[in-house]
Amino acid sequence: MGENTQNIEDRTQITDKKPKATRDEYGDTLLELGGKRPDIVVLDADLSASTKTGKFAKAFPERFFNMGIAEQDMVGTAAGLSLTGKVPFASTFAVFETGRAWDQIRLTVCYSNTNVKLVATHGGITVGEDGASHQALEDVALMRALPNMTVIIPADAAETASVINTVADYKGPVYVRLGRAKVPYVMPDDYRFRIGKAFVFNLGKDVNIVASGLMVAIAKKAADMLAKDGIDTGVINMSTIKPLDEETLLTVARSSKLIITAEEHSIIGGLGSAVCEFVSENFPVPVKRIGIRDTFGCSGNPDELLKYHGLTAGEIVKTVKSSLDK
Amino acid sequence: MTEATKGKITDVRELKDVARRVRIHILRMLTTAGSGHTGGSLSAADVAVAIYFSKMKFDPKDPFLKDRDRFILSKGHAAPLLYAIMAEAGYFPMETVETLRRVESPLQGHPCCKSLPGIEVSTGSLGQGLSVANGMALGLRLDKNPARVYCIMGDGETQEGQVWEAAMSAAHYKIDNLCAVVDNNELQIDGPVEKVMGIDPIHDKWEAFGWHVIDIDGHDMEEILKALAEAENVKGKPSVIIAKTTKGKGVSFFEDKVEYHGIAPSPEEYEKAVKEINNG
Repeated sequence: MGENTQNIEDRTQITDKKPKATRDEYGDTLLELGGKRPDIVVLDADLSASTKTGKFAKAFPERFFNMGIAEQDMVGTAAGLSLTGKVPFASTFAVFETGRAWDQIRLTVCYSNTNVKLVATHGGITVGEDGASHQALEDVALMRALPNMTVIIPADAAETASVINTVADYKGPVYVRLGRAKVPYVMPDDYRFRIGKAFVFNLGKDVNIVASGLMVAIAKKAADMLAKDGIDTGVINMSTIKPLDEETLLTVARSSKLIITAEEHSIIGGLGSAVCEFVSENFPVPVKRIGIRDTFGCSGNPDELLKYHGLTAGEIVKTVKSSLDK
Repeated sequence: MTEATKGKITDVRELKDVARRVRIHILRMLTTAGSGHTGGSLSAADVAVAIYFSKMKFDPKDPFLKDRDRFILSKGHAAPLLYAIMAEAGYFPMETVETLRRVESPLQGHPCCKSLPGIEVSTGSLGQGLSVANGMALGLRLDKNPARVYCIMGDGETQEGQVWEAAMSAAHYKIDNLCAVVDNNELQIDGPVEKVMGIDPIHDKWEAFGWHVIDIDGHDMEEILKALAEAENVKGKPSVIIAKTTKGKGVSFFEDKVEYHGIAPSPEEYEKAVKEINNG
């Protein structure tokens, strides 16, 4: 697989920093953490060059375990390592990590409540040319359904560094979903990630877009476009999908004529579902979900695929306008 | 037992007595519960008793003792066997066995590590224990911790692909602080293993995967002890004991009966069974 050099369309650059893939930041942060934390061990399933765990492997070979193309064994082994006090980070592509080893995650990570960090890369459609078999569009749904699991999708590289440092200190099962494609920096410089705490860029009086991952940048662009048309639109980065920040979401619901959810995931079972579940039970307001509409992906470059599946600022604007007109 | 024990019982006759008591605890809890897995709990009893009481270092008062030896019952449906051993060892009062399979009992239908300290990891979905055992063995090795890891699997369980992923890993990483056991009772729920999905030649398979393989009669206590000692002395590769066993061992009317895989004894059967075990 060739390195992705495509940038994501619709990016809103708020700093001078060049776009960086969240997986690249993971590799760098893990390497740094490895030097500070001798209890951290890393496992991979023959994809360490792509998940970027290879950097840790090179620096700390005795604490790196390549498990070969065997995700089920990788997860079980990670659980075993955690039970001796190690803090294992187990990485592969999101589709294999969550789908191939789901029952292993269920039994030996979540039910056993072991301190395993599942950090998967290549989440979503922007995997690109490799096509549907490699594009995880259901992983969040699979992980969110499991008791004891925490589910996190960072929006940019800076948030990724903060997430990885935070989950290394947190005790319990975590799923972190990272991407292959470069994404712009969107979070403020002084931002620090906290599990279960959403970041409100601004609260809209008409519409609020609750987004995760690379859709946060796209949501910000959509909000700017809507503001020009007189629609007061807020943007919220819901980087922790589980546990959901219900307090913030209630405030958002109270301030919204319409909530838009935006995720690089199936509209079934992910952020859109989580928001609908909470809002419908606690403060019903109309919700429209932007996401992959119950279909598989396909090959193409990341920008093309985002357009093809309607994950663009233009599509968000269109959805908002048609919903408010009703 | 107030302090960590290592190699507490080496006398074969004494171990056989423990195994007899463990079999009776198993039947008692299954009969009270009215459901559960009789055959596979009894078949693995002798090996499990030998591992716990002749080899393992553990402390029921301190289940998370740092250098305790670890035991994983990968064939989690034989939970009554594990509970019987833990009751016998003093992890919880003997009366607790009466709560097997009840709401909020520490003795869940399959072992749950969050319900009962002393259980290392939850099992029940087959094929997963060996991977966890490998992970523990690697973690212990990184810490230069002398503890050993034991893992009992069913023979039918080795139909799970993950077992062979783990078998590959253990050999690749030269994990020698681990001893696996295959409880080779030759029966699974749907019938004889060889009819459902043949696993033979089981010895050759493990050997081809890079393991030191020891074949024994899994009900001969002397052979079991010898095999466990041999496994401990093998360096640079993992060891597996293929224990040829009889499903339902110890109770004539359960032995080799596939229908007693997942059925508990009736109160009448229980009375008869206890007499047989005590006389046997």
